[in-house]
Amino acid sequence: MSENVINTSLLRLEHIGKEFYGNRVLNDISFSIEAGEILGLIGENGAGKSTLLNILFGMPVINSTGGHEGRIYIDGQPVNFTSPQQALAAGIGMVHQEFSLIPGFTATENILLNREVLNGSLLRYLFGKRLATLDREAMRQRAMKAINTLGVHISTDMVVSEMPVGYKQFIEIAREIDRKHTRLLFLDEPTAVLTETEAEILITALKKLAREGIAIVFISHRLEEIKAFCNRIIILRDGNLITDQPANELSTKRIASLMVGRNNEQKDFYAEPIKLDKSEDKDEPDTSAPDSPDAKKKKKKKPALKVENLWVDMPGETVLDVSFEVMRGEIFGIGGLAGQGKLGIPNGIMGLYPAGGKVRVFGKKLHLNKPRNALNREMAFVSEDRRGVGLLLDEPLDWNITFTAMQMQGKFLLGIPHIFQIRNEIAMASEARKYIKALDIKCTGPSQKAGELSGGNQQKVCLARAFALEPNILLICEPTRGIDIGAKNLVLDTLRQYNKEHNTTIIITSSELEELRSICNRVAIVGGGKIAGVLPASAPAEDFGLLMMGQMRQQENENEEA
Amino acid sequence: MIKNFIAKAGWPRIIIGLFLLALFITAPFVGVNFFTSLNNTIVRFGMNSVLVLAMIPMIQAGCGLNFGLPLGIIAGLLGATLSIEFNEKILELLLQCATQYKISWLTEEFLTLHREAIGFASAIIIAIPFAAVLGWLYGKLLNRVKGDEMMIATYVGFSSVSFMCIAWLLLPYKHPTMIWGYAGHGLRTTISVDGYWLHILNDWLAINFKEDIVLSDSLTLNVNLSIPTGMLIFFAAMALFVWLFMRTKTGTAMTAAGSNPEFARASGVNVDKMRTISVVMSTILGAVGIIVYQQSFGFIQLYMGPFYMALPAVASILLGGASVNKATILNVIVGTFLFQGILTMTPSVFNSLFQTDMSEVIRLIVSNGMILYALTRKVRA
Amino acid sequence: MIRKFFDIVAANAVPAVFIIISAFAIPLSGFSTGYLIQELLTRIGRNAFLILSLLIPIMAGMGLNFGMVLGAMAGQIGLLLICDWKIAGIPGMLSACLIGTPIAIILGIFCGHILNRAKGREMVTSYILGFFMNGIYQLVVLYLMGPVIPITNPSLLLSRGYGVRNAVSLSGIRAQLDNLIPTVITGTEGTQQFLNINADSSFFLIQLPFFEGTIKIPLATFIVIALFCVFIIWFRKTKLGQDMRAVAQSQSVADSAGIAVNRTRIIAIVISTVLACYGQIIYLQNMGTLNTYNSHDQAGMFSIAALLIGGASVSHASIANVFVGVILFHLMFIVAPMAGKNLIGEAQIGEYFRVFVSYGVIALALVLHAWKRNREQEANRRTLREALKK
Repeated sequence: MSENVINTSLLRLEHIGKEFYGNRVLNDISFSIEAGEILGLIGENGAGKSTLLNILFGMPVINSTGGHEGRIYIDGQPVNFTSPQQALAAGIGMVHQEFSLIPGFTATENILLNREVLNGSLLRYLFGKRLATLDREAMRQRAMKAINTLGVHISTDMVVSEMPVGYKQFIEIAREIDRKHTRLLFLDEPTAVLTETEAEILITALKKLAREGIAIVFISHRLEEIKAFCNRIIILRDGNLITDQPANELSTKRIASLMVGRNNEQKDFYAEPIKLDKSEDKDEPDTSAPDSPDAKKKKKKKPALKVENLWVDMPGETVLDVSFEVMRGEIFGIGGLAGQGKLGIPNGIMGLYPAGGKVRVFGKKLHLNKPRNALNREMAFVSEDRRGVGLLLDEPLDWNITFTAMQMQGKFLLGIPHIFQIRNEIAMASEARKYIKALDIKCTGPSQKAGELSGGNQQKVCLARAFALEPNILLICEPTRGIDIGAKNLVLDTLRQYNKEHNTTIIITSSELEELRSICNRVAIVGGGKIAGVLPASAPAEDFGLLMMGQMRQQENENEEA
Repeated sequence: MIKNFIAKAGWPRIIIGLFLLALFITAPFVGVNFFTSLNNTIVRFGMNSVLVLAMIPMIQAGCGLNFGLPLGIIAGLLGATLSIEFNEKILELLLQCATQYKISWLTEEFLTLHREAIGFASAIIIAIPFAAVLGWLYGKLLNRVKGDEMMIATYVGFSSVSFMCIAWLLLPYKHPTMIWGYAGHGLRTTISVDGYWLHILNDWLAINFKEDIVLSDSLTLNVNLSIPTGMLIFFAAMALFVWLFMRTKTGTAMTAAGSNPEFARASGVNVDKMRTISVVMSTILGAVGIIVYQQSFGFIQLYMGPFYMALPAVASILLGGASVNKATILNVIVGTFLFQGILTMTPSVFNSLFQTDMSEVIRLIVSNGMILYALTRKVRA
Repeated sequence: MIRKFFDIVAANAVPAVFIIISAFAIPLSGFSTGYLIQELLTRIGRNAFLILSLLIPIMAGMGLNFGMVLGAMAGQIGLLLICDWKIAGIPGMLSACLIGTPIAIILGIFCGHILNRAKGREMVTSYILGFFMNGIYQLVVLYLMGPVIPITNPSLLLSRGYGVRNAVSLSGIRAQLDNLIPTVITGTEGTQQFLNINADSSFFLIQLPFFEGTIKIPLATFIVIALFCVFIIWFRKTKLGQDMRAVAQSQSVADSAGIAVNRTRIIAIVISTVLACYGQIIYLQNMGTLNTYNSHDQAGMFSIAALLIGGASVSHASIANVFVGVILFHLMFIVAPMAGKNLIGEAQIGEYFRVFVSYGVIALALVLHAWKRNREQEANRRTLREALKK
């Protein structure tokens, strides 16, 4: 018996793989975790981390899409969870990125949610535990104990909605700790919302838990933290396990390049920065002071888009202070990890979310906060939220393609402007047919409902709508998210071609760095609502990786040393 | 094929359609005259269709089912009562205009001849500004309570009807045909439009067909039809107006705002403005609709009269195949016909069959069941 | 500061308006204090139980349960049957409850399932469901009672031989609960006079100085209501109550914590429906007559209006709201017609006014709620951004 315990890991994964509708997202993942170990899990967005977690927790989304490959062992016993409740019962706890707390409840009520301490009573035995009253005092004691384990001071009676963000994170963790049998704790970016001191307190607390024998899987993008805190690091990339090494064998730089890089980098794969009549400093225009000599040079040729001190209040993608310039005819990429604010930038410029700061389009000021203003300046937008913002799912394709051009530019209408105009359905349909052919949209015709198309074809419809506006500046968010590889290439080729033919300025926001580097002239990396840096697409992968990890300062230092 | 049809039409519609069909088939066997029933159905269709049409703009703009229809009805009632109150004055005014601007065809004989039509037109013309103002306010309110429109619309409708009850008592109407004789003030609960615009649309171009067709010695078909052509033309005109409007740039923007407000906003459409316009349109159509209803019904029903008028209209359009956020003219036509068909046929057929009138109960179950079905249908997120 | 002031005003606007209306209308109506108190006590006893039945769905985040009329219908069916079977007195009420309970449970489960299919628009759905079930109820009472459900008492039936009459006298159980423990308050001077008149019956007699006239108190009804209040206070403390509060605030969080969300919501509706059934029986024993085709409708509308007048909202309601509401609502109800008559010379105005107020206050409460919710969502986002900026 005791031999078995020594030989079996707490959790072991063998050859885990997963396909979503023929799209491979995880491939042959095997690793194990021992009790008391702290494991760092690193990967870009889309590397397969969330799918891996979903499999481990038996999320319904996995089962409903055909289950997964490979086996999972806990204490050497094979398990197959079909609901998160089973995973919880087996002692696996999870702290999510989005808080799953009840805002109007106190810390105590949230920590003990659905695990309340109950008073014994006759009714309880007659009608089941739901009719037993709560033992508030015992609940408070238990909550207090869990909070104390974390080494923070939060009143057990404080209502969650009145807590600062950091506190909420502690309450989430306290809730997992309170489970008596939690032995394995997954933390998804727990420090992202914490201040530095709070993060330190949390890490100390987690170390303490690890000493008590709880294994911890720590997902974070702060490389420093991971290196300092974890025993071992696992890196996922494109669904593959790239590295499984002790933390002290890896440098931050190495981690960064492993996370984003390709092994066989071909120099000519990446687009060159466009020739611009600017000094070499153009890579980081945001750092140049307005009264520097470079600024005077700029006046000769106005940039297509100049953004200064932009802030955008987009939930989950807040932009705090962003400045950059995009030249006419350039393809400019905006990259960065999810939640850092990269999506907020184009959404803010287009007026979809409350925003402030200065934006100039071809030298003229753009008034923010009204989509109409941006559209009037011959800008077009393809939203990352295809189904939510990008499409009229219940309307036919020709509506989807021509609607914006009709509303903004009065195209596809018959009659006398401003007096009586009705829509020209023949012109709409022929415009739609044009794009169906050009972009190879698979559909039954212009009158098919947009909601009936596949993701890739929906994305093409979104592009067609933008093209129908004949824009000077095209802002595109996540052009290839959720579409298959063939459609992906077609979309990117179309963009390249459109840029070449019409000299259209294109700004692409994407989570996939490789994609940005393959199409853009320059790529800006956004972190924490600010621009971490702008690099030419041909810059080494690890530089991008370091920018993404928020290691800019360190990189500068290293450069100086070199 | 059949499966496809069922999926498209939806079970409730098919069941009710078959039910109606069964009623029409049974009718002759229980001694109910088929043609009279059909005729009644058509008349009731004409009476109610404009009220049902009033649902379209708000549904299309995403404001949900217009349970606040009584607001439009109130505007219509104001128009109708004011038109009667100032009937003589309006005619005088028109005559003055005629002399002042030398309009030769506008003579006293012409006015006397078309007194009823003028009364009807002036009722509509007076009602429209009331409806526009009420609708505008109502639209502004609904923009502030997005997500709860239907419940609030219901109670806005109810409270405005009960508020108007007080107003009908207190407003200084003087016309003797409208006020309580014994008290000398306060409007009556029902006011006859006889002598004003009774059947003005029904009788216009009406096709009357009365003949006994002898099929055999024992079987004589008693055909007695009176098709209210004018009313149907009026509805067709209103429907055409709505159809055209929904095809304008604004109408297209309105549809998009209802289909996906975020999309519309990102395309530069002012969603709140579209919603307000749709509410104003619905309210105006409601006002016109009740005046059309009255000219056929014969009476202006005040006080609690408009109280439950929204429910049949809502049920009709849903019965016609509309959902909470999509509706077409075809839905209006099919729905109104089915709903009014059942209302006409059940009393007569059931009366003959069971010697009892179950129409009220059937109306309650069908109309509310239909609304319930629409509300609980899974909406694509 | 201004926002806070606005919030306080908004939260208490409805009761405040009613207090002001009453302050003007009471002297205008010319009713004596004794009369008003007597009327109010009677009406609290009559109505409070029904209103209390609304509290639990609000607690579970399902808004105002317009579907309570389903419970009222169940109660009425119970009452009709005991009338037919001629069971009188407290046993009659109890057997009406006994018959009504299973019907109410079935209707409640049905209603709960429907509402789970219409999340986010529970109120309008339960409202329409009320109408729909009204149709079914009429079908049962008007056509099936007699031929299918045996009704032997001809005084219940319409002259055609089947279907229940429009108005049914509940003489068997009239005021049975109210007078179970007869209690009277009199002034010192009125005592003897009262005893002279009612010499043959026994009363709990409470004498108060400086008091004129006599007031009867439906003590047993009050005890039942008090028990109900205790039940609600206890219920809030149970695990089930806690789960309902969790479900009300976030269904997704509650679900991920393993709380059976849909089931919890159904339970809330079932409890409310069953209690509404009992509430309607209590209400009707006080009234003494059953308007077969109207009583339940009125019960729903008036109860909801009264609760809102008491300062409750769609998402928050307390026991205090119930009692403040029932007092203010009925105060207005009693005085409005007389005040209207004395002011304008027409009682009709007052009648319409109170109808207008009942509907208007529901509209107002719904608007305030939706408005506040939309404003709060905006405010939350703003604070989130400010927090991140720091």
